[in-house]
Amino acid sequence: MKYRIVFRKRFRTGMIFEGVLPVLSVLAALFLAGVALMFFGVSPLEAYRAMFRGALGSWYGFSEVLVKTIPLVISGVAVGFAFRMKIWNIGAEGQIYMGALATAAAVRFLQSSSQFSMLLAMAVAAVIAGGFWGCIAGVLKARWNVNEVITTLMLNYVAIHLAEYFIYGPWRDPSSLGFPMTPPFPPSARLPQFLDTRVHLGIVAAIVLVLIFRLVIRWTRWGFEIRAVGENPKAAEYAGIRYGRNVVMVMFVSGAIAGLAGMTEIAGLQGRLQPGMSPGYGYTAIIIAWLARLNPWGIIIVSFFMGVLLVGGETIQVIMRLPLASVQVIQGCILFSVLAFEFFRNYRVLLVRKERN
Amino acid sequence: MDFFVPILAAAVRSGTPILYASLGEILTERSGVQNLGLEGLMLMGAFSGFTVTYSTGNPWFGVVTAFIVGIAISLVHAFLSVSVGANQIVSGLAVTMFGTGASSLLGRKMIGLTIPGFSKVPIPFLSRIPVFGPVFFEHDPLVYISYGLVFFLVWFIFYTRPGLNLRAVGESPVVVDAMGLSAVKLRYFYTMIGGGLASVGGAYMSLAYTKMWGEGMTAGRGWIAIAIVIFAVWHPARAVLGAYLFGGVGAMQLRIQAAGTSFPAPVLMMMPYIFTILVLLVISIKKGRGILIDSPGSLGIPYSREERG
Repeated sequence: MKYRIVFRKRFRTGMIFEGVLPVLSVLAALFLAGVALMFFGVSPLEAYRAMFRGALGSWYGFSEVLVKTIPLVISGVAVGFAFRMKIWNIGAEGQIYMGALATAAAVRFLQSSSQFSMLLAMAVAAVIAGGFWGCIAGVLKARWNVNEVITTLMLNYVAIHLAEYFIYGPWRDPSSLGFPMTPPFPPSARLPQFLDTRVHLGIVAAIVLVLIFRLVIRWTRWGFEIRAVGENPKAAEYAGIRYGRNVVMVMFVSGAIAGLAGMTEIAGLQGRLQPGMSPGYGYTAIIIAWLARLNPWGIIIVSFFMGVLLVGGETIQVIMRLPLASVQVIQGCILFSVLAFEFFRNYRVLLVRKERN
Repeated sequence: MDFFVPILAAAVRSGTPILYASLGEILTERSGVQNLGLEGLMLMGAFSGFTVTYSTGNPWFGVVTAFIVGIAISLVHAFLSVSVGANQIVSGLAVTMFGTGASSLLGRKMIGLTIPGFSKVPIPFLSRIPVFGPVFFEHDPLVYISYGLVFFLVWFIFYTRPGLNLRAVGESPVVVDAMGLSAVKLRYFYTMIGGGLASVGGAYMSLAYTKMWGEGMTAGRGWIAIAIVIFAVWHPARAVLGAYLFGGVGAMQLRIQAAGTSFPAPVLMMMPYIFTILVLLVISIKKGRGILIDSPGSLGIPYSREERG
């Protein structure tokens, strides 16, 4: 008897399936990445074990994962906002840099001994700068329909070079022995850290932002407009929802949130502005928003997972002398595998008995 | 003239990797698939081309390897975007991430090594034409091949039967299927060839331009190439203009830096990216005014036979 494989279109995906699928696809991704790593001369089992031990094997490792999760959640929300409207903000990385740059500017030019007013000023500066950066792409998209994928990406390079200009130029710390970095921030410009870990107050900001994201998208008129435009721009237009205005607003908010990620990162963690302050958080955020299917709780879970990956990546960098690029390989594989598993979401694979003619 | 000729020649040289990638993307997008993975493909091409050239001593082997590697990686993108019908933007980003990561992971032992690579082969007679000669005909063979490729592609896309099929599948895969051709096969084919060309563009960087390998050495050229495809309205001849324009901006920036002005380097390095945005803006304004832009009608839309409507 002969069988053949048939693909049947699914009309409904079950709840359990919906929950199991992301887990399955991540497992498949780890397998895929493992094969790739093996091919690159790295033992995948050893690498994964070292990553797991480094990230979750100790309290310190766990707290470091949380430290990484903070900017990831914030920029994941930022990107998610825009994706809700099917606006591709690939520019979170640049918006993070602009936020950090504005934060450093605020610290440099507004000295205040009150920690509260200082931090508030820094946050406002970061929000405005990040929002402005996002707005550029938003206005170009709304007014002239310029492809936002490319503009936001190009603006990343511009923002990174702009930050470098100040770090290597006028804002360089004269006492840093030639290292490119700004002078350290005064204590009043630092976000408080918890206990003796490096987890800082940004974690509260991250959780609040997730709640706001949920609230705005689900329960407000504006959130409804965003969803409507995202689902069907033409129908939304007929319903009187103004596309252009919403694009600009969404890009401003998206950029502003990403800018805040830059602020919490340098005010909470690094304490100064230096090159490479974000090791690609803005790009990882895209994966996070995508994997979480824009679900707010999903963003937290996936960000934590990515945090494990990053801390684990740093561990194998030290132990196995592998570049951080191995994390990028794993991330790429995760995306590939999630996209491929999309197929099983839409189709059922059946084994059908072949009929004899 | 003595000042401009070297800059123009450098524009051609530094525009060539972008040109290869744009030509590849034009083929891919003409077939209706968008590949945002050019940056990753170029890096893999730069790395694999360099490695093979370093160990064999023959840069042509490097070019062929890069082409094959590009084809292999684009196969994944083709599978996801054509067969699975997945989101092409995300798949392209995945290609870029994977390519960036894999090239720097694999290439960590290659850093600091140099190769003789391709050397300049001035074309007899032609290179003696004033201005034109040194600008266009005193380069390495890959540059000359890119000239040939442009002419070939213009002829192929607009004056041949397979070229017509290529444009048709980008415009309306349903029609192509009705003609008895496989829209799926055509899209696979052009996505892979396009990726191969982008990878060769990357190989140009490491084999003829810098003659060494460095992490992330393409520095956004893959993304610029995607912008140029829009600037070129999917026409190979206009891509030449775009690529050299960008090459020129890059070359100017290097020259100003080398001249030792007090102008800060990071500000100069922003120029090509800002320029990309401006060019894109001009094209989009033109398009908004109803000036006919010949973009593939079903670009980025997955096609599935059972759902045609």
